[in-house]
Amino acid sequence: MAEVSVKNLGVSFGHLKVLRDLNLDVTAGEFIVLLGPSGCGKSTLLNAIAGLLDITSGQIWIDGKNVTWEEPKDRGIGMVFQSYALYPRMTAEGNLTFGLRVARVPKDEIARRVERTAELLQIKPLLGRRPSELSGGQRQRVAIGRALVRDVDVFLFDEPLSNLDAKLRTELRVELKKLHNRLASTMIYVTHDQIEALTLADRIAVMHGGVIQQLATPKEIYRRPINRFVAGFVGSPSMNFVEGTLRLAEGAPAIELPSGKRIGLGGYEFSARPEDGRPAVLGVRPEQMEMKPGDGGSALPIEVHLIDPMGADSLLWGNVGTDTISVRIGPDDTFEAGTAVEAWFQPVNASLFDAKSGERL
Amino acid sequence: MSAHDTAIDTRAGARAGIEPEGRKPRRISPGRIGIYAFLIMAAVFFLVPLYVMIVTSLKTMPEIRLGLLFNLPKEPTIQPWIDAMVNACTGLDCHGLSPGFWNSVKITVPSVIVSIICASLNGYALTYWPYKGANLLFALLVFGAFVPYQVVIYPLIIGLSWAGLFATLPGIIIIHTIFGMPLLTLLYRNFYASLPVELFKAARVDGAGFWRIFFMIMMPMSVPITIVAVILQVTGIWNDFLFGVVFAGRENWPMTVQLNNIVNSTTGVREYNINMAATILTAAVPLIVYFVSGRWFVRGIAAGAVKG
Amino acid sequence: MTLALRRAFPLPSIVGTIPMILVSIGVFVVGIGFSVLWSFTSSKLFPNYDFVGLLQYRRLWATDRWLVAVNNIWIFGFLSIGCNLVFGYLLAVFMDQRIRQEDAFRSIFLYPFAMSLIVTGLVWQWALDPNLGLQSAMRHLGWESFSFAPLVDPQLAIYGLVVAGIWQGSGVTMAILLAGLRGIDQEIWKAAKVDGIPDWRAYLFIGLPMMRGAVATAFVLQCVSVVRVYDLVVAMTGGGPGYSTTMPAVYVIQLITVRQNVGQGMAAATMMLLPILIVIAIGGILLWRRGRKAKAA
Repeated sequence: MAEVSVKNLGVSFGHLKVLRDLNLDVTAGEFIVLLGPSGCGKSTLLNAIAGLLDITSGQIWIDGKNVTWEEPKDRGIGMVFQSYALYPRMTAEGNLTFGLRVARVPKDEIARRVERTAELLQIKPLLGRRPSELSGGQRQRVAIGRALVRDVDVFLFDEPLSNLDAKLRTELRVELKKLHNRLASTMIYVTHDQIEALTLADRIAVMHGGVIQQLATPKEIYRRPINRFVAGFVGSPSMNFVEGTLRLAEGAPAIELPSGKRIGLGGYEFSARPEDGRPAVLGVRPEQMEMKPGDGGSALPIEVHLIDPMGADSLLWGNVGTDTISVRIGPDDTFEAGTAVEAWFQPVNASLFDAKSGERL
Repeated sequence: MSAHDTAIDTRAGARAGIEPEGRKPRRISPGRIGIYAFLIMAAVFFLVPLYVMIVTSLKTMPEIRLGLLFNLPKEPTIQPWIDAMVNACTGLDCHGLSPGFWNSVKITVPSVIVSIICASLNGYALTYWPYKGANLLFALLVFGAFVPYQVVIYPLIIGLSWAGLFATLPGIIIIHTIFGMPLLTLLYRNFYASLPVELFKAARVDGAGFWRIFFMIMMPMSVPITIVAVILQVTGIWNDFLFGVVFAGRENWPMTVQLNNIVNSTTGVREYNINMAATILTAAVPLIVYFVSGRWFVRGIAAGAVKG
Repeated sequence: MTLALRRAFPLPSIVGTIPMILVSIGVFVVGIGFSVLWSFTSSKLFPNYDFVGLLQYRRLWATDRWLVAVNNIWIFGFLSIGCNLVFGYLLAVFMDQRIRQEDAFRSIFLYPFAMSLIVTGLVWQWALDPNLGLQSAMRHLGWESFSFAPLVDPQLAIYGLVVAGIWQGSGVTMAILLAGLRGIDQEIWKAAKVDGIPDWRAYLFIGLPMMRGAVATAFVLQCVSVVRVYDLVVAMTGGGPGYSTTMPAVYVIQLITVRQNVGQGMAAATMMLLPILIVIAIGGILLWRRGRKAKAA
């Protein structure tokens, strides 16, 4: 069990500042997912924690020790990579034991750890094979095993499942979760796949432009995204945004669409007391809308374009003014293209953002 | 799709609709014959000199004087080959090519080994452990690949003399290492850069350092590129003339220098059969490497030639 | 993204590349520096530091042997590079017609490149020898008036070298260009076929522009070997008849060995370096501008 602390971390490649003044505290035993689009700095952050690149400023603490200038091997970490990074000329067993041999761990101790790890990951029959003789899933198991034999408390995962096909990915994802429950070690996991993030994480750090936008539980991220970027990035299909102006003067709060139509926001929990007349963006998830009135909800007027059948359900695509909107509907619901319909939602579930800053209101 | 495209498509379709009746046209069209004719003529251009050399080297001098260049030898003899190997003269020294052969072996083997070790280390260090200024050094090295040798030969003569290595075996080995370095370093650097960086990172997490990663992870993976490098260096160094004649010193003159001396500095009657046998013998080692390595050789050229 | 380092100067990396440091700096900077320096001195057999300004260069450009050498390198360069590229591309295109025995043809076209230029030089010295080679063979076959002996004619000897250069170099050009042709997306050829473009047009106007990389590679390879051409001349003509086939590379070596005139030899060597520097500078500027354009876009 070890906690990881990143303090005021800055990383630059030449003039390009990839990370600036970044802080992250991971408690012992926690599963943290760093989620973000490519180029957001999530892998850089992971590599900095691993000690694989030079940082420009800040400190990194692992297990109460300042390891900022320690070698990777001395940080008490294990790491798993996207391309597996197995040493091609060694057997699976050679891969597992390389680090231990480098560290001159006694032979019987190595054997004991390999035995235990192979047991845990069910890779015993693979130990004698070369990486080229293993399937993608088997390779990644061996790669995970290589991190496990190090007997460390912090594991770093750099998009470990991205190179696998969809079915294997789901399988290994479940297994990783079980592994975490069993080992109770600290895990930091980089991915751009939100399903992985939502299913695996105790907390998700959504990153963008080298900055952690929001660090919260998956539920919180999904329900109360802190800004427009997080709202748009998490969720599929992504959250609908409708632009308008905030009206607070006459009774209940509402958002006024460019067409003049007012959508009531009664029940929405404002983070701060906003002012009247502020340009704002209303965010509603496709699955939070219904095509029939619920109790006390508000309605968005939609012009229907087309219906996308997705199997278990369908997506209705339409317009609210100039904004494109999608609504999750039943697989058998039918709507004519070109007709005007109303989609109902509960304002308490919706999100409201400042039009300029994108911050949650 | 534009109207023009549609027109072409329908025409092609119409033709296809009519043609399939009857037999499919045979593949041997006048065009195919032209292709083979051109290729075979080209092959003749490349092969005739070799053919002439082989048949001539098996003839006696009187038969050569008849001037029937393309005829097969009437009384084949391998005496010219034996003479070329052990008896041919350069000036007063009549030991044939064999001393040159052994000198070439003594030069080539260590030069290939040393230059490949240096270059693979360079490529590895440049890719994974670049220090400040390393890329400038590499740029200078690549520049060196284009520099005419004549610009650096004289300073090297002076430098090696100063170190007491001019006209010695270690001296010529150093020279081959120097001039092989730009291309080989480029080759290895590109190879290492094409490997996933994560491999290196994984080894770092496992606690391996510069030398251990090189010897235990990188070297075993470098077999294919090393085969290319060996082919490139063996043929290149064996075929070298300029460095051999300038830097090796008289006792260490390689086969190419001996060959040129035997052929071009003899006075009196020119013994063409011996000369040609000597020439073939000199070309034999790189030719064997070439024919054995096959596609690897082509890969070496392509890999070595990708300079930008 | 390049791999950033943990430390600015990893010691083992520096230790491991000591040979590279020595060669890059010691040979290609200091060495060339000394060559240029000595070109301004009156050095004879051994280098001295008696500076004479541009005297060596003035003498050099007043020497007929050097002027012939410069003239020769242009003729040889233009003809052998041009012919190699054209002949090499032709061979590559014909090789690309799904022919039988492709490997055999490739081996035949390429084998001269595997051999020493000394061997090539001797082969063609004999092939063009009036009493032994092509001319005598043709006359023995009954064509009494056949006359083709370029190597004994000072006006023509350089063209003999060109023939040898083509024999040696067109196979490599073919191999590089063929690799370039095979690297083009096959769908391009299908598209051209569907559009009804004749093969020769497709190869000339679609294929060639798409393999600029391979053409540039072949071209650079040829240029470097032309500037360095030494062995071929020594073996084939020895620079003769007279000094009609001398080349800059040969001239420099003669000056620093046999003729013991280091100062002028270094001046000639510096002149050889000059065009290379200009080409590299132009290439550097082009790359830099392309980089700026890419950034702006």
